[in-house]
Amino acid sequence: MDARIDDVVAARLAAEPDERARSRRQLLAWRLASIALFCAAWEFAGRIPINLAFPTFLETVEAFGEMLADGTMLRAYFITLQPLVIGVVLSGIIGVSAGVAMGLRKSVEWVGAPVFIVLQAAPVAALIPMVTFIYGIGMTAKVISVCLLALPVIVLNSYKAVANVNPSLLAMCRCFLGNRLQQIVKIILPDASPVIFAGLRLGISAGFIGIILAELLITPTGIGDLITYHRAVANYAHMYASIASIIVFSALTLTLLQWVEVTLFRPEKQR
Amino acid sequence: MVAVSRKISAGPVFPGAEMASPESIITVKGINKVYPGQVHALKDVDLDFPAGALTTLLGPSGCGKTTLLKIIAGLLAPTTGEVLVKGRAVTGPGPERAFVFQDFALMPWATVLRNVAFGLELRNVAPKERQDIARHYIGEVGLAGFEEKYPHELSGGMRQRVGLARALAVNADVLLLDEPFSAVDEQTRRKFQEDLLRLRETERKTFLFVTHSIEEAVYLSDRIVLLSRRPGRISQIIEPKIDRSGSPDEIRRDQAYLDIVEEIWQGLRQFVD
Repeated sequence: MDARIDDVVAARLAAEPDERARSRRQLLAWRLASIALFCAAWEFAGRIPINLAFPTFLETVEAFGEMLADGTMLRAYFITLQPLVIGVVLSGIIGVSAGVAMGLRKSVEWVGAPVFIVLQAAPVAALIPMVTFIYGIGMTAKVISVCLLALPVIVLNSYKAVANVNPSLLAMCRCFLGNRLQQIVKIILPDASPVIFAGLRLGISAGFIGIILAELLITPTGIGDLITYHRAVANYAHMYASIASIIVFSALTLTLLQWVEVTLFRPEKQR
Repeated sequence: MVAVSRKISAGPVFPGAEMASPESIITVKGINKVYPGQVHALKDVDLDFPAGALTTLLGPSGCGKTTLLKIIAGLLAPTTGEVLVKGRAVTGPGPERAFVFQDFALMPWATVLRNVAFGLELRNVAPKERQDIARHYIGEVGLAGFEEKYPHELSGGMRQRVGLARALAVNADVLLLDEPFSAVDEQTRRKFQEDLLRLRETERKTFLFVTHSIEEAVYLSDRIVLLSRRPGRISQIIEPKIDRSGSPDEIRRDQAYLDIVEEIWQGLRQFVD
């Protein structure tokens, strides 16, 4: 090995942690600045005001604090989260298993792929009245609404991820005498995991859409109830606080999932 | 050569085929490969690969040299014909052959150490033992100190060294290299070629090497098999008897070396238009 090339590469590798830490700090600063800019713009737009039904940022924060203090916000989340968590967990487990099975076996693909491709293309909100018709207005109907939205994207991503595993790595595994189980566990799943996780993130955000749709379309409960109630009584700051809180909550959940993915499955991305 | 005598006793399985010469480790018999769509990649290829030698498959692009290597590796099945490795018919990959991939085929989520030990991991060798073996070969290919790095932190040449170390670690008799230096820059390539010659001396293995570079073939090989354009068949076998005792630069200026390069170029010229 050329000693000079080695030294250069080694020096570059050693210098990288410092550089990365600095660029991470810069990135964080930019992100905070952009959030501050957004809040300022909101405050400004609310003060013009662009619309009588549009509260300022500070009014919204105040409304949020108020709802947090009197417990309505927590109660609403407690109600909303039950069908959401059940639906998302079910969709995640069933979706990833079904998608991986479809990617691994032609027969499963033949049965499953058309169903989920049609489901993903369909405007699922149109099916929710039908879900109510069959399952009533309780928890089951809401869980099914979440699954209807979350499942197809999780299944299709897992399926595509497994079907498009790097063929060269598969050949490598065969060459070094890996059996089918080793091939699946040591090559296919790790190689497919970024796309599977992308599907899970999309699925969870679709699940949030599903639960809010269900709470608005089936019966007003939880966050959906807060939004409809405060709109009805013209408490716009409270309405916006409810909407903003569910958006922030959803974004934080997705960030958490990304962190879990990188920590557990992609050690090389931490460098 | 126990395996060869076993093959002779199993002779009737291959009626009509002539016996392999005793020192050949791989015998290719009447290989034809037709890809779907009637693409005739290889036609009537018969070849012997002597044990302990470095043989190069050289030819114009699309002549089926990689196809032949993959058939020998057991990654592709021939349409007709048979490959014998140590006297046994190839039906798939085997422990006596190891492959070095053109695109490195490293697992991006695994460290250099795990990548190199991967062949042993698949054979359920205990972690401590396989890591010791892997460390040894990481040193052999000049990557000591990079054990805990990930492939994306390495240069192209270093990644291919990982691929080579992985193939060496499983202690196969035959190393199959599919254009290993084609994705590597010229300086790294030359350094790599010199290292390969050195490794050949220490490891005493049979190397089968696919390349499209005439200079590389002449510089490295004991034996060069020239394939014709598709459908690939053997057009010429050349044994460059080059004195490799000198420095790499002396070898590259050696008249015998230059003559053979020219001879091969004249042989290949007819396929280029």
